[in-house]
Amino acid sequence: MTRFARIAAFFALFLASPALAQLSVDVTDDSGSSNLKIAVPALPTSQPVITPAGSTDELGQKIAQVIADDLRGSGLFSPSGPVGMRAISMNEVTAPQFAGWSRFEALVHGFVRSAGGANDITVGCYLYDVALETELTRQGYVVAPRDWRRAAHKCADAIYARLSGESPFFDSRIAYIAESGPKGARVKRLAIMDSDGANHRFITNGQSIALTPRFSPDYGSILYVSYIQKRVRIFVYNIGTGKQRLITESSNPTFAPRWSPDGRYILFSMAIAGNTDIYRVSSNGGTPVRLTSSPGIDVGGSYSPDGSRIVFESDRSGSQQIYVMNADGSNQRRISHGGGRYATPEWSPRGDLIAFTKIVGEFKVAVMTPGGENERILTNGWQDEAPTWSPNGRVLQFFRTSPGRSGASQVWQVDLTGVNERRIPTPLSGSDPAWGPLLP
Amino acid sequence: MASISRSLLIAGAVIALSACAKKEPVAPPPPPPETAQPVTAPEPTGPVKGSQEDFLASVSSDRVFFDTDKYDIDMEDQSVLRSQAQWLGANPGVSVTIEGHCDERGTRDYNLALGERRANAAKNYLASLGVDPSRITTISYGKERPAAMGSDEQAWAQNRRAVTVTVQ
Repeated sequence: MTRFARIAAFFALFLASPALAQLSVDVTDDSGSSNLKIAVPALPTSQPVITPAGSTDELGQKIAQVIADDLRGSGLFSPSGPVGMRAISMNEVTAPQFAGWSRFEALVHGFVRSAGGANDITVGCYLYDVALETELTRQGYVVAPRDWRRAAHKCADAIYARLSGESPFFDSRIAYIAESGPKGARVKRLAIMDSDGANHRFITNGQSIALTPRFSPDYGSILYVSYIQKRVRIFVYNIGTGKQRLITESSNPTFAPRWSPDGRYILFSMAIAGNTDIYRVSSNGGTPVRLTSSPGIDVGGSYSPDGSRIVFESDRSGSQQIYVMNADGSNQRRISHGGGRYATPEWSPRGDLIAFTKIVGEFKVAVMTPGGENERILTNGWQDEAPTWSPNGRVLQFFRTSPGRSGASQVWQVDLTGVNERRIPTPLSGSDPAWGPLLP
Repeated sequence: MASISRSLLIAGAVIALSACAKKEPVAPPPPPPETAQPVTAPEPTGPVKGSQEDFLASVSSDRVFFDTDKYDIDMEDQSVLRSQAQWLGANPGVSVTIEGHCDERGTRDYNLALGERRANAAKNYLASLGVDPSRITTISYGKERPAAMGSDEQAWAQNRRAVTVTVQ
């Protein structure tokens, strides 16, 4: 990625007083009725100048739109603007006319400034409590013009974090599989996009099936399964160089790749003479270490955020269930005990929950604690498969497949209330989303 | 259905052969003498021995089917695999790939593992009948390549399969 500097020194340091901060949103509220009304007028510019991404006044409109869309997509806000909202002046950015915004609870102001051309743009972002007529937070971002959406996501993150008390997540990326063609001969391409579906890019050309990508924690590379040369093998694709290599040399099929949280290890599944077990290998190569040894299928896996444990799936009991083991493979124990089958466990980056696919004929996205308690089903599609966590552990993306001849899949998103569900726009059909961490 | 696609394959092979034959002459052929009789192309006498067409025409089926989440080779599967082993015995120079498949009611990674189990079960049975295992490779397609597109019991039953394909 490009440089992305927060210029704290540019702004006066604002010290929020918790006693005055009465505005908040609750990520556990599933009523939807208490969504916070927030106004997002276009960001003004002192003097419109042309950048490679458009003029600064156009960017002010587009940035406000992305902020509003991000906040709406979180399900916690009812944003208005920038379309249909009056333009504000530069003077208002730091001195809002609160009386005119009284039908809103919160107000977003900001500005876009640039010396023109390919020079960086500076985006200011201010959040106000309308009733109290106080400033809640202000931030500034300096980005290359082409990265204007990142400034918008950073601003939306600052607003979301300030009002929800949760960690931010909008400024992050998704690796997934773009799908096209008929059900029996589906073309499956590795692709990447921003968390809202923007800045979409295909990586593979679709001549070989690509499956189950995972961004590395530093976004430098992607693990995925490729059927190139009619074999099932895990490659690590370097985004900077465009080159890829096998994670291990083996005549056996390798699949279901996962990174350790620090990026030093790769967890993968390998089938030897039909029996699949879970292995770990250094991300620099070397000899893989086998972690499971049951005669059943042991597959997948996801590290706890501290790297000490791994949650995985196994059918050693006779059906797919979820197990936890220590990172060295010791102390394997089953945690799923409800009805049906359990698959694709993913440990939340917060550590508090495991997301998984619950198979009860249909597939549902569900969560439970790492101890296997408090199971909650969040979705109700025909096949909702393979949840992936947002960087803050509050939102999940998954893919939803429709039955029958089309069998098309789309990427969807749901929050932990199960109420705020929406489709992520992709140019083609999509599956296997994998959410990366918050961008630096 | 199977016999139609088989004859299409044979027709395709004939077209391919004649296309190749046309490429042979480098110099343009002389104009045909006016008295020349029309030349009739030789009738195809059947698939080339050892080819995929020959395999399909000779074995009772190229595939065996499995119950949900299962990978055992039942009596019917054994009969199919015996016919494949017989053909492989008569064509010792041919190698095969066994493709393991699943229906869409399993998750992706699990189905890749299950398809491996199925392909290996078929491979092991062929090996038990005397086919050299080094002639048999396996690949799992999980749920990525269904043969029947419906989302019903009939389609799922057709998709839980291991298909033997000759390596040409």
